[in-house]
Order: sequence, then C-alpha cells, then structure tokens
Amino acid sequence: MGLLSDPNRRKALTGLLTRLNTPICIVCYLAGIVWFMGLAFEPFTLRTYMSENAMGSTMVEERFSSGERALSLAKEFDAHKRKAGGMPVEWLVKAMQSRGLEVFTQSFSRKLPFPDENKERYMVRGTNVYGILRAPRAPRTEALVITAPCSPGNTNNQAVALLLALAQYFRNQIYWAKDIIFLVNEHDLIGTQAWLEGYHHTNITGMEYSPLQGRAGSIQAALSLELSSDVITSLDLVLEGLNGQLPNLDLANLFYAFCQKLGVLCTIQGKLQRNDWDTAEGYTHAAQTMMLMVLKQACGRSWGDHGLFLRYHIEAASVRGINSFRHYKTDATTIGRLLEGMVRKLNNLLERLHQSYFFYLLPSLSRFVSIGYYMPAFGLLAVILLLRALDLWVHLGAPALAAVDGVTEAEQPSSPGVLTVLTPVVISHLTGVALYLLPVHLQEMAVEHFPVSETEAVVLTAIAIYTAGLALPHNTQRALYAVVMVLLSPAFTILYCVFIYQELIEAPVSVSEGWMLFLSVISQGILDHALYGSLVYPLLALFIYPCWLMFWNILFWN
Amino acid sequence: MDYYNLLTTCAFIHLLVSIPYAYSNYVENKAGQFFSSGHTNNWAVLVCTSRFWFNYRHVANTLSVYRSVKRLGIPDSHIVLMLADDMACNYRNPKPATVFSHKNMELNVYGDDVEVDYRGYEVTVENFLRVLTGRLPPSTPRSKRLLSDDRSNILIYLTGHGGNGFLKFQDSEEISNMELADAFEQMWQKRRYNELLFIIDTCQGASMYERFYSPNLMALASSQVGEDSLSHQPDLAIGVHLMDKYTFYLLEFLEEVHPASQANMNDLFKVCPQSQCVSTPGHRTDLFQRNPGSVLITDFFGSVRKVEITKDTINLTSSLKPLIQRSGSGDMQIESLTYVDQLPVAEIIHQNAIQGLSYSIMTEGTPVNF
Repeated sequence: MGLLSDPNRRKALTGLLTRLNTPICIVCYLAGIVWFMGLAFEPFTLRTYMSENAMGSTMVEERFSSGERALSLAKEFDAHKRKAGGMPVEWLVKAMQSRGLEVFTQSFSRKLPFPDENKERYMVRGTNVYGILRAPRAPRTEALVITAPCSPGNTNNQAVALLLALAQYFRNQIYWAKDIIFLVNEHDLIGTQAWLEGYHHTNITGMEYSPLQGRAGSIQAALSLELSSDVITSLDLVLEGLNGQLPNLDLANLFYAFCQKLGVLCTIQGKLQRNDWDTAEGYTHAAQTMMLMVLKQACGRSWGDHGLFLRYHIEAASVRGINSFRHYKTDATTIGRLLEGMVRKLNNLLERLHQSYFFYLLPSLSRFVSIGYYMPAFGLLAVILLLRALDLWVHLGAPALAAVDGVTEAEQPSSPGVLTVLTPVVISHLTGVALYLLPVHLQEMAVEHFPVSETEAVVLTAIAIYTAGLALPHNTQRALYAVVMVLLSPAFTILYCVFIYQELIEAPVSVSEGWMLFLSVISQGILDHALYGSLVYPLLALFIYPCWLMFWNILFWN
Repeated sequence: MDYYNLLTTCAFIHLLVSIPYAYSNYVENKAGQFFSSGHTNNWAVLVCTSRFWFNYRHVANTLSVYRSVKRLGIPDSHIVLMLADDMACNYRNPKPATVFSHKNMELNVYGDDVEVDYRGYEVTVENFLRVLTGRLPPSTPRSKRLLSDDRSNILIYLTGHGGNGFLKFQDSEEISNMELADAFEQMWQKRRYNELLFIIDTCQGASMYERFYSPNLMALASSQVGEDSLSHQPDLAIGVHLMDKYTFYLLEFLEEVHPASQANMNDLFKVCPQSQCVSTPGHRTDLFQRNPGSVLITDFFGSVRKVEITKDTINLTSSLKPLIQRSGSGDMQIESLTYVDQLPVAEIIHQNAIQGLSYSIMTEGTPVNF
C-alpha cells in the first residue's frame, strides 16, 4: 500500500510530523535565512553576461564631443528656469526645434489626495516637453526614450543640457533604426506618469492631461538621466521600479559593459564593487548591497523616473551622476559617450529585451543572483507555514482518532459555532479596510479638530486606527506574548526596516529622526498608492494587517 | 639498285602519307588535353543563410567569394547568389550601399555591379535544393536557375550559423547533412555536374560534408565537429564583426590568384591553419577522382577558357563525315535549338572521346574553340 493510504504508515508519518514539528520548523527557518544570506557570497553567484545576441559586445566607436557645450547650455537652462519660476517651456521648445526635433508639449494636472511635504499643495500642474528625432531611413514603428527631469533649484540642469547636446549629435547620424524621444518632464514621477498615460492612451491613476500631439511607435527601452554637477566621480545605476519591478538584466549588463569600456566608475545602490570577496568586509559589503536592493524593492516606490515605464513592459533604468570625494573625475563628454554607446547598442535591438532575467538580485554590478537561486530560501520559509498547518490539522483530527480507538475518556470538544469564528475574521478585515480608506477621507475632519497639517493628519489617523485594532479584552497573564506580538507587528517591522535601511546606506539616524522618517514613509506609501498605483499600502492594510490582527485575537481568545 | 630505290621511295611515300595521320593524332592528343580536367563551363552557387544586422559578416563572406569568383572570370549569368538579408541598405548601416570586408573600410565587396539572385526571404532550404537539383517551376527566370550540365564544374559556398550536422537558414529552418548529400546525389544522377567543390564556413562545418557519397565531390570546411568558427575583426564605426576568419584568409589567398595561375587545391587546403583560424579547417577528397595536387584553383573559382591559336588547318577525323553528309544531303531538317532536357540519355550512351567532341558541338554547352 502507498505511503499515505496505509493507516499504519500514515500514523507513523503524522506522529513524526507532530513530534518533530518545532525542530523542523526551526531548521527550515534557519536554513532559509542562511541560504539567503549565503547568496551574497561570491562563489555562489554568477558573473553577468550579455544575453541578447543583437546587442553583442561594445564594439562601437563613440564620437560624442560636445560635453563642454552641454555645460554652458546647463547654465543657460538654469537661468531660464529661474526666470520662468518652473519649467521654461518656450526656451526648451525653441532649443529642441533648433536641433531638428519634432517638438510637442503636454500639460497635466493632478489633485493630490493630501499635500505631502514636497508639494505643500493639493493641485499639481505642469508641462512636459518632448522632442522626437525621426530615424532618417527607418519606418516609424519603434522608439527609444531618453528622459531628464526638470527639477526645481540647482538639480538636474546638466542632465537636461546633456540631453539637448546628445539630441544635436544624434540628429547628424544616419544609422538610427528607431525614433528617439527626448523627454523633459516636470514634477518627476507625476509628469512621467502623465506622459506615459497619454502615450499609451490609458488612464489608470486619475490624472488629467492633454492628449499627446506627436507619437513615435512602440517604445523598446528608456533611459533616465540625473546629473547635477559638471564633473562626477561615479555613475549610479538605479533599477528598482514601481512595485519592486526590475528591468531586464541585459540593460544593467549593457551599462556595466560600457562603464568598463570607458573607464567610468560605476556603482549600484551607491556602493562601489570590491575585489576581496573572501574577506569578511567584502562579504558584508556584497550582502549590504543585496539587502538594500531587497528593501528598495519591498517598499514598492519607484526609485527613479524610469520606474513607471516598467509597467508598460518598457525596459528602463536610471543613470545618476554622483559627485563625491574621489580623486578620479569624469567629465560630461565621457558621460555623453557612455549614453551614446548604450543608445547605439539599443538601436541594434530587433525585439524587446527578453533574453535575460527579469527577477534577480545584484550583490554587485558584475554578479547576479537569479530568482531560481533566491526563491528556494523563501520556499523554505513558506514550508514552515505548511508544516504548522499540517500539525494543526493532525491535532484537530486527533480526538476523533481517540474515539475510534474505543477509548472514550476524551470529551468531545464542542465545535465552535460559525458566528464565533466569523466575527473576529470580519472585524479584522473591516479594520483593515478602515485602515486603507479612512486616513485619506477623514483628513479634513482631523484637521478641524486637531492642530496638525493634512499630511500629519493622515499619518496619525492611520496609526490611530492601527492601535485601535489592538483594543481587545486581554488578560495580563499573556503580557509577554502580547509584547512580542506587538514588536513583530507590521508597523514595527516597517520601523525596523527604516533603521536597517539607514544603516545600510551608511547614514544611521537617531531614534527621533527614525520616527520622523517612519511617519514620512507611511505618508509616502499612501501617496504612492493614490498617484501611481503602488500596491504596498493596500497589501499591508488589506491583507497583512488583518492577518496579524487575527493572530492577536487568537492570542487573547477566552 | 632498283630494289633499293623502290624501298626508299616506298618508305618515303609511306612517311609522307603517315605524317598527316601522325599530325592528326598529335592534334587529337592536344585536343584531348583540353579536356583533361573534364569541364567546359563553370558555375557558382554562393549562399548566405543568416539574416539580422549582427550577422553582417555572413553577407560579407558571401560577397567576398562572389567578388573573387567574378574577378577570375565566372560571369553573373553563371553565378547564383543567395543573400538572406540586405546589409547594405539596412537602417543601421552607417555607410549605406556598402558592405565592407576589411576594417577601416578598405574593401567594399558590395561594389557597383552585384547581382543578387535570391534575396531576403527567398533564401530557403526548399529554394536552395530546387536550385541544386534543377526542379524549378517553368516560370523561374534564367538568373535563378543553375543551368549546369555534365561538363560543369560547380563551386558551392555556404555560410551562416551551423551545428553538428545542420545549417540554419533564416533563423527558422535547417538543412541537414543528409539532405545535402542526397541533393548532390540527385545532381550526379541527373548529370548536373562534372566536378563539385563544396566550401562551408560555419561552426562545426566539417559535419556537413561527412555524409557525401556521390563521386567527384571535394569539400572544405572552416572547422571540425565540436569547434566553433570565429569571426575576424570588428569595425568600430559600423559596430559589427566584418568577416569570419576562414573566409577572410580565403579572400586574401584568392586575391593572389589570377586567371593564369597554376595554384592547385593543395594550396587551398593550407589556407588558414589553426594558428590563424583558431579552429581547424578540414577537407575531404576521397570522392574526388583526380589528385588534388593536379586540380587548379581556377578549375572551380575561375572560368578559364582554353584557347590555342593555330594557323594550320586541321582535318577532322572520318567519323564526323557521316554527320556532315547527313546535314548536306538535301533533306535538311532544321532543328530549333532547345535547352537540354534533364537527362540526355541518347548522348550518355556514347562514351567515346571522339563522340564526346561531336556531342559538345551538338548540344548547347559552351562552344569549343579550335
């Protein structure tokens, strides 16, 4: 007879399961943690390689030379930006037109659910300016996008200027097989979202925008440029997008290949790769880089303007120039050459990037861990849930077995009524729904009654509803368990993650600063969900929080 | 004295009479030497099987062999050129209308007078086999046909991506080495070639000639089974690899060959040794009846017409007379010239060299100049 159909064998198996349940669970948990942390150890990772045949190796000769002209253009742009008090639309339109692009503008407006610290107002209005470089010989079926944000103040002037210089250089070449769109967006992610929705004729986030007058075909890849100084010491690659989505690994491979060719220092997560993988510091460095990537993906916000492209299956990455205290400086011409090389290689693509991995972790720019290697760690953690469930199932069935054996001392436990089980479940989920809906809707009422700003009102309402859910009759005997449960609750997990994140980026904060960061994280999460459709806040409020609340109920079941 | 006079006069008369016979034998021998290689016309089938911009080098390979073959005398009407993609007019080509084989744009193999017979999606396994075996629909134009006969020496050059026993066509289909061997056997049975030289420049190219079993085939490949053929140099302005190593050195070798050169096949086997090519080129000559050392390069790569000017009259031998009489006997049957049928059985039966002379006058092969 089979293993599970033979009653004797089944009894032995279930006996094993119930007896050894806790040890197996502990072993699985530790194994999962060790497996995951071991992934950062270099011999367990694979070296990155270019998977797409069409992109090949970096065999092009970059001839871009107008770096200096770009820097003077940056000053001009800055002056016009100050004069216009925002985006200098006419100047940009004229600059792009004089470089031979087809220029169009798009105006957009968005009513924020509550004003966050950056915007300090409800209504956000802006204009995107984009110019299309038509491929001289190719049909207009495919496009590439290069975008630079127009940020207030001193930031990203050089990015926009380099964009214009590249546009002028690209216009003189005849080897383009795709149209190239040069986009300057206002208000960062909101502008990008408006442009993408207008381009693809969708309206998923309630943005109001004017329809796009000019279009270029389906977008194959996008690059976002952030450059705020004349010389830089390193280029940082930002891959994490909305909801933790990542572009195809080939895009990161392309960036790394050109960094190596041109001799530019390239970092990921702001950390430079080390050579000493066999020392403790080398390993912790790689582990920190990997954990930073995990945390950034977990928080679900888009860490660069590229992040919103990923939802439309457009592979996109952000390249950020960093000016820190290093000896070796890279000038704008070299950055221009790097971008020229990347765009030229992307020009060779015949299909969208799909040959390399979509789910991966990068302990460094030249090493990667694919999902096939890191998923087993989570599988081991999930096995614990399965084992516990089986254990409970076996225990539920045990009194019945005792009755069958003829021993009738055990009294029949009264099966609980449906109402007694359903009530906590419903209440937990209702509290979750309240946590999801009420903070934004009750903010006016909160502002009337309490001396706080709208943002603070939202966040504090959320925290209030969260702690209200804990209000249950409890007995003091389980105080220790109660404290442990609270310390493992979702809100505290987020708090720990904030502190860990700050440690990992080597900017540790004090407790009060951490608390303020925590509050801003909550408000940003709610805002991201409302503006771009990030799923982390609804996931927490509607699924994880009710589950935890039900555990809390079970703990104090009387 | 009279006896001696009679003897000498008899000898003298005998000598006088035998001189024309000796001379005609000499002429026959000389004429026989014209056909020592056995072929009267040359054809070339040059195929590039891969498309996409990053396979630029395969098109450049094929075009460089095309250039050499044309330079050495084979006309476009006797070359079937099959290119699977258009590199010269690809949007990504920074120098439109050119295909370069050497970096720094030293040599444009596309030229001004290239004639591509099968282009783009017409390069398929089916079309290739139909060209080889001659089974084309009647509406196929002449430029797309391989109109070879049993006196044709054919050069077949294939390049692209290949593997152990197959060659990939157009990223969607493959031709196997058995299919190729069977196609050559069909060609042999239909007497569509006299001798055939098969050159292949792909990864594991030697696997493609392993299965040949028809006579008079010689094969060269750029790499052995299990080895990859490597590309030669990238051009940084164009951004792709320009040629494969084996064909690059083959082109350099062929640039030294001129129509009168006496270089033979043994020199061709030495092209691109492992020190230059990294892969080991291979060749196969067991099915070939002549010694490779006596086979000239121009027997396959060029179209050498042997011409010898003579000011003497030559008496044709007597067996021609019945034919001439027949044509002069009044009842002139004017036959319009038609193309040879697939299998000219009547002529095959006559295997004599002299009949061979008359045969080549009667059929539509290249006229033989005396």
